[in-house]
Amino acid sequence: MNHQRRGALKTGSGLGVFSLLLAAGMIKPEMAQAAWNKTAFEAKTLDAALAAVDAGKPVESADVVITAPDIAENGAVVPVGVLSNIPKTEYIAIMIEKNPNMLAASFTLPEGTLADVQTRVKMGQTSDVYAVVKADGKFYMSKKEIKVTLGGCGG
Amino acid sequence: MASPMRIRAAAKDGVTEVRVLMAHVMETGQRKDSSGALIPAHFITELSARHNDKLVLSAQFGPSVSTNPYLAFKFNGGAKGDKLAVTWVDNKGDTRSDEVQIA
Repeated sequence: MNHQRRGALKTGSGLGVFSLLLAAGMIKPEMAQAAWNKTAFEAKTLDAALAAVDAGKPVESADVVITAPDIAENGAVVPVGVLSNIPKTEYIAIMIEKNPNMLAASFTLPEGTLADVQTRVKMGQTSDVYAVVKADGKFYMSKKEIKVTLGGCGG
Repeated sequence: MASPMRIRAAAKDGVTEVRVLMAHVMETGQRKDSSGALIPAHFITELSARHNDKLVLSAQFGPSVSTNPYLAFKFNGGAKGDKLAVTWVDNKGDTRSDEVQIA
């Protein structure tokens, strides 16, 4: 197994083979939990991640504000906040384009909870960060590039 | 058993601000140890927060969330002395709940 993996990584045929290997048993069944949106969290591309959360093609909106540094010195801890000024915001997702798995976190906001969340994420490299927001049944998004000087996924 | 969370909840002008710091390795499953073996993924997948048993936030995390995850959010209502409870579950089925009084 290990041998094959090394070969696969070395040939650089890259993500495709790697995800096949993942599918072939390196992801353990207990990871699949009822409510956890596995498809979305394993999505490798923006389109796939958006599809997995039923977002389709979100409209870019200036009312979705990403609060994050322009340059993150340490990719292991990048503070990211999302504020939505759109009324009836009920869902917020944070996606990082160049991470191995795009979706970082998603938040479901019951009525009465403000559309203003902050967390910290890991970033492997400089990337666009997307905030996807669902409000009154429609999806909106905004993006912001965060430069990373030291990646957060290295050993 | 996982370490306790640190939760701060403060009510001001009718809005309660909650800040949570969880203690968790948030291992991505992509890193290797010194002998080159993959370190298995171990991260929080779901989190929920309740104010006096009313759900005020539910979240799903992926492995991209930082080690010892931090989360801040706000909700309308909440008064001093009210209960605020946060619960998380990780991909290995471990779980942890902590409760504080809103200050």
